[in-house]
Amino acid sequence: MNFRLDVLSQEAPQFAAGLGNTVWLCGTSMVLSLGLGALCLVPLTSRRRTLRRLAQAMVDAGRCIPFLLLAYIVYFALPAVGIVLDKWTAALTTLVFYNTAYMAEILRGGWVSIPAEQIETARAFGYRGFLLLRRIMLPQVLIAVGPVIGNQLIQLIKDSAFLFIITVPELTFAANYVQSYYFIPFESFLVSTLLYWLLCASVEWLVRRSERWASLVRRSHG
Amino acid sequence: MLSPAALVDLLTGAGTTIAICAVAIAAGMPLGLLIAAGRTGKNPILRFLCGLYASFVRAVPLVTFVMLIYFGLPALGVAFDPLPAAVFALGLNTAAFNSEIWRAGIADFSRGQLEAARAFGMTPRMAFWRVMFPQIWRKSLPPLVNEMTLLIKASPAIAVIGVVDLTRKARQIAESTYEPLPAFFAAVVIYGIVLLALVAAARLLERRLATRVA
Repeated sequence: MNFRLDVLSQEAPQFAAGLGNTVWLCGTSMVLSLGLGALCLVPLTSRRRTLRRLAQAMVDAGRCIPFLLLAYIVYFALPAVGIVLDKWTAALTTLVFYNTAYMAEILRGGWVSIPAEQIETARAFGYRGFLLLRRIMLPQVLIAVGPVIGNQLIQLIKDSAFLFIITVPELTFAANYVQSYYFIPFESFLVSTLLYWLLCASVEWLVRRSERWASLVRRSHG
Repeated sequence: MLSPAALVDLLTGAGTTIAICAVAIAAGMPLGLLIAAGRTGKNPILRFLCGLYASFVRAVPLVTFVMLIYFGLPALGVAFDPLPAAVFALGLNTAAFNSEIWRAGIADFSRGQLEAARAFGMTPRMAFWRVMFPQIWRKSLPPLVNEMTLLIKASPAIAVIGVVDLTRKARQIAESTYEPLPAFFAAVVIYGIVLLALVAAARLLERRLATRVA
């Protein structure tokens, strides 16, 4: 077999564009779902038991749905109830909705690890509601769960590959396009898998860097 | 509403999903243990290769990996039918994640116990299976089950090579009846039941393993 490096270099812009779309789709939806996940903390840590249970049940149910099935629901089933989204909006909606359930669960885990006395002290000093969330809880929670969020970002990048099925031109779509046009499946999918590897390795590296930074911050405050 | 025939169709798809995942998991767990052994072993080349494998496969989306195996490998002279290709891809994928779990278990294991086992005259193999493995297994069960649920959720990837699993079946029904909502929601419910049943079974097994020790 001769390895078609010529075709690959000729089609490099395709792969680059696909990689770029994967990065911005995942980056944007990560930021959005981190915000939404933080909002979910309000019912998830509520002192009202029914509200808390209901929120937890919804988050758990959300984490049971396969990504592709959710993308199908957003792209093929929502039009049946009158909500028609173009493929980009559908892609972002799916990514954000899917990831928010995981973000909420991860943030809740970080929340539980903070000693209760701290919250009581903050309340005693007059912090409550969103002020308490933003100034006292979130900074600590984010530092505590930073690495887990990094892992979830890697998971999200990998799940985003499913979006090629609803014709979103991300990295796997580009690879599939190139392979079907030139009949070079091995080269094409190898390049795309290597690019995913590179992307995930960069995320891991960033997480390690930020962990070191977080431990420095903690030391300077402790 | 979903017709009874469509529901039976969906359940057939669920059967395919469960069967393929079960075979992949059954093959992937021992394979993952082998890779973990390679990664924690003495041979530097084997250590490097096993580490490289785990790092690569864990970073690649399952859909892309499935297509690499089904469409890409024939270029190297290795061709599969869709069903074996699906099992092969899922098994290789879960093995890489399992190897990470086994490796953590092996790394956490206290050396003292192994040395004691050796001092009592056990061969390295015996020490591994009689002393080390039962403890690692008990500790690794929860993360292993977690990985199984992740595999089942990623398994719709095999639809891209024409295997009709639960998600694919749901889409077919949605397209033929022009009523996407009931088919997709039924599929969501079936996935939920399968995953919950798996988690419940694991809890039961964990409790039984715990009482056996106590």
